[in-house]
Amino acid sequence: MADLFNVQGLETRFRTREGYVHAVNGVSFHLKEGETVGIVGESGCGKSVTVMSTLRLIPTPPGKVTAGQAIYQGKDLLKMSDEEIRHVRGSQISMVFQDPMTSFNPVLTIGRQVAEPLEIHNGMSRAQALERAAEMLKMVGIPNAKDRLNDYPHQFSGGMRQRVMIAMALICTPQVLIADEPTTALDVTIQAQIIELIKRLRDELGMAIIWITHDLGIVAGLAKRVMVMYGGYIIEEALVKELYGHPQHPYTIGLLGSLPRMDEDAHRRLTSIDGLPPVLLENPNYCPFAPRCKFALDHCWNENPQLRTIGPDHTVACWVDPTTGKER
Amino acid sequence: MGRYIVRRLLYLVVVLFVVSVITFGLMHAVPGGPFDREKALPPDIMENLNRRYNLDQPIVVQYGLYMREVLIPKCQDTHWLATTEDDAMIKFKVGNLYCKWMNFGPSYRSRSRTVNDIFRDQLPISMQLGVMALTVALIIGLPSGILAALKQNTIFDYLGMSIAIFGVSVPVIVLGPLMVYVFGVALGWFPPTGWGSQPPYILGFIPRNLGWDYFKYAIMPAVALGLGSSAIIARLTRASLLQVVREDYIRTARAKGLRERLVITQHALKNSLIPVVTILGPMFAALVTGTFVTELTFGIPGMGRYFVTSITNRDYPVIMGTILLYAIFLVIANLVVDLIYAYLDPRIRYD
Repeated sequence: MADLFNVQGLETRFRTREGYVHAVNGVSFHLKEGETVGIVGESGCGKSVTVMSTLRLIPTPPGKVTAGQAIYQGKDLLKMSDEEIRHVRGSQISMVFQDPMTSFNPVLTIGRQVAEPLEIHNGMSRAQALERAAEMLKMVGIPNAKDRLNDYPHQFSGGMRQRVMIAMALICTPQVLIADEPTTALDVTIQAQIIELIKRLRDELGMAIIWITHDLGIVAGLAKRVMVMYGGYIIEEALVKELYGHPQHPYTIGLLGSLPRMDEDAHRRLTSIDGLPPVLLENPNYCPFAPRCKFALDHCWNENPQLRTIGPDHTVACWVDPTTGKER
Repeated sequence: MGRYIVRRLLYLVVVLFVVSVITFGLMHAVPGGPFDREKALPPDIMENLNRRYNLDQPIVVQYGLYMREVLIPKCQDTHWLATTEDDAMIKFKVGNLYCKWMNFGPSYRSRSRTVNDIFRDQLPISMQLGVMALTVALIIGLPSGILAALKQNTIFDYLGMSIAIFGVSVPVIVLGPLMVYVFGVALGWFPPTGWGSQPPYILGFIPRNLGWDYFKYAIMPAVALGLGSSAIIARLTRASLLQVVREDYIRTARAKGLRERLVITQHALKNSLIPVVTILGPMFAALVTGTFVTELTFGIPGMGRYFVTSITNRDYPVIMGTILLYAIFLVIANLVVDLIYAYLDPRIRYD
């Protein structure tokens, strides 16, 4: 099946006082119809900036997409006119944001905000759109949906707001849903509900999902493929089972080591990765993870590894074979 | 909401009481009196004047007498005369009794006028000027602030903000005479001084002759007075809008595919107006109760000069009257601001 969404060599820079921060460095990925992929990494590794760049939602200035293409249904989102990309946003590709507290306009009613995409993309009247919005709110599990259309965001709890946000994102039945850490700001019990909700809607509506998170556990049950990002690079990509069973990049190994697992000795110590993720002001000529890597060899300090295929549906950007500790 | 307004109006009474006590105390604490002249008056005359205006009484008694005149209606079975003695803001008839209420007292300096006369004749003119100046301030300030924010760091922004800096830093005392000279004298577009309104007024201050004969007098002073305020509004609007467009919900609006114009008008503007509305309250109170320099420059017979001269003249009733009036305007304007808040932001609900 052909790719629905294909991003190649995406580069995003942010101008700061210290220089240009290289937030996204040649990221490529693809998404098939109805497929769910996960993008995983620490805060600040460039996951959100990557997807925002493809929809041209990063604040410009200071941000700028400097290279790459984002082909959606044969057209490059990065080269579209403002008017063209406007028709993609919210109708073909929708986003659910991390913080349901700040992502709603506090002075407009929920109904108005949820119905808005229908009014602008499908040319519905306000009344029609509101009717549809009520159905959508019911679908995401808002009780008394019709009565709540006239409520304001502050009258909803965090979990309810995230449900509303999902309704708002899916109201035009988009092909792609980008979920940018949609559960990070929520209680653990609510997290599970939201994940279940999105799974159910995916089965009902059949959209593809790009799920961004720093929580490997969430992705495991949700996505087919996972990409791990570090320092603005994708450093490993594999099918979920493969990635969790045979992680090849020391960073992925570190991330998995910091997770508690049900099938393991309960007394195992959780490990952490020392140090902080880098802020890159230039393209490094060494592996960006080398400063924190316990496997680092001389080669890692001399050349930044590129992604290479090491198995079926498994690519990694690392010089070292972690099973032997030697160069692969 | 109704209960809230009633509560706020009761609170107005408390404010007025406190303001009146402090003002009364302070103005009597200042050395000198209303009848001190360079060449001192003979002691007998001085004594008579003080007795005439109760200034020989203890200050608490004076305060009580003043407040009684203002607050408690006085009734008698004959007509009140059109003298300074019998004057009051409100005169009415109950049965066959003639009553008067709210007498703010005589002016010590202009012997033929009372504070009531000042409120009746000068206040409407100041209010007209103030309302027009505020309108000018909003008409210039809001759009230029919005434009500057939307075109941040472009020529529009720099130009608009330069004009705003100019507006804030060039006082009316410089701008006023300049305008009088250029537009009044040299170009002859407007009469250099004067005011074109005639009582009776609609709603107490709106003149009936709203034509060129009226506005030819009003345009220059309204612009001169409004420009400074428009600069403040413009800067505040710009700063506020710039902050709002960085909010997450603006990103959400963009992600939904809204046109940039709709993002601003539907999602950003209402949020960004909240801080602007905050300053409109005090600004309104200050503008409508008279502006000394503007009224002096353009020869407008408004309240402004009474504010200033009453203090140097120790014209106690005028000081009290103007300060209380200012307090009333300020409290009511702030109440209106709070009600507008509730309209703008649904998270604010009173009750």
